[in-house]
Amino acid sequence: MADIAEPTWRESLAIQRRVILALLMREVLTRFGRHNIGFMWLFVEPMLFTLGVTALWTATKSVHGSDLPIVAFAITGYSSVLLWRNMPGRCIDAIEPNRSLLFHRNVRVIDLYWARLLLEGAGATISLIALSLLFIATGQMRPPEDVLQVIGGWFMLAWFGVGLAMFLGAASERWETVHKLWHPLSYLLFPLSGAAFLLSVMPPEAQAVLTWLPMIHGVEYLREGFFGSQITAIHDLGYMAVCNAVLTLLGLALIRIVSESVIPE
Amino acid sequence: MIKVEDVVKEYRTRSGPVRVLDRVNLTVRPGQQLGILGRNGAGKSTIVRLISGTELPTSGTVRRTMSVSWPLAFGGAFQGTLTGYDNLRFICRVYGVDPADRIAFVEDFSELGIYLREPVKTYSSGMRARLAFAISMTVDFDCYLIDEVIAVGDARFHEKCMIELFEKRADRAKVIVSHDPHYIRAHCHSAAVLAGGRLTSFDDVDQAFEFYG
Repeated sequence: MADIAEPTWRESLAIQRRVILALLMREVLTRFGRHNIGFMWLFVEPMLFTLGVTALWTATKSVHGSDLPIVAFAITGYSSVLLWRNMPGRCIDAIEPNRSLLFHRNVRVIDLYWARLLLEGAGATISLIALSLLFIATGQMRPPEDVLQVIGGWFMLAWFGVGLAMFLGAASERWETVHKLWHPLSYLLFPLSGAAFLLSVMPPEAQAVLTWLPMIHGVEYLREGFFGSQITAIHDLGYMAVCNAVLTLLGLALIRIVSESVIPE
Repeated sequence: MIKVEDVVKEYRTRSGPVRVLDRVNLTVRPGQQLGILGRNGAGKSTIVRLISGTELPTSGTVRRTMSVSWPLAFGGAFQGTLTGYDNLRFICRVYGVDPADRIAFVEDFSELGIYLREPVKTYSSGMRARLAFAISMTVDFDCYLIDEVIAVGDARFHEKCMIELFEKRADRAKVIVSHDPHYIRAHCHSAAVLAGGRLTSFDDVDQAFEFYG
């Protein structure tokens, strides 16, 4: 039923879960439709991306500065890029196509973001798991040495993606330039993000600069979980957590400002 | 009960902030049929959106102790790229209603037939109004907010809407917004007039008309 004034915290949570689920279903339908493989595009698309990059790197024998098989390297690296690059991509300008749905009191701006973030996170996660299993099964990759650490690294990267997406998504409502700047920025950040190299093989001067990028710590941590003793990983999860928390906080604050002035269609 | 207390609503424009509603007060009791009269641009839709919670006031409070519908208006509330059926399912999910029980009603009431499987953006405005009205009747509210939606559609559909809203749901509160005095007179027991950002309430519809001029 529609809400009665002053619902309890538990009731509010139930309403929000319902709304996010409804938005999630709507998102799946409008993005993937009911044609051919339908919602499976959610993870097939990122899988194709990752496979393409893996193939390219294999063909060009990309130098990444370690003895790791290139397949394993590409999959761990590119999957993490998907997280922090696609989440903001989906949240920038996310209000406009959903504006008419804000007619319903319980559909709030933050729910639009959550629905898209959950979907994007699920897609990237399923893609990583499916590809890892595929290559482990075919012997191209060894199973991760420490699965828990992989999950931890993945979680940190996802959190970074969520914080960045909330911040940029809400900011794009206030400043149109966000949309225009994010494209070149994300493109330039990709080669610096640690997806294509190990921090330990970089010269110290480069390391000093690169370690400012929060996502690099997540990728290094994730790779350490995968390859363990085979590599020397450099990471500072404390620093990354602070960056994530600041981004999330700024994002939530901006979403609040934006939702107070958003005008449904 | 709905209580609107000291509500101010300002919109940002290129020429600076514009105050559309200026310290507005309003009470809607269960079962009350309230009309809000106002000229074009007086802020009628704005006040309905604030009552529904679609938009938030710049200052002041809106309190609801009964369930209130979304503004049943011409546009809005639907996703153009989704089909009629998918919009129905979306709204059922948002309001926690089982869509299985409501599909037959919407099919029957909207008379949209096969078009329920087509995206709403391909509908004519009459078809959209039929869908909008049918879907809005699937959720049981204590108070319905009606923003000109019934003004569209042909005479027969109009008649159906009237029965659904004013006969079957005669006990439910309604806030009806219109610039048409006849419409308000036919359906409301009390009325308020919105002019210059101020809302003046009258217990008697005739007094409201006198004031409205």
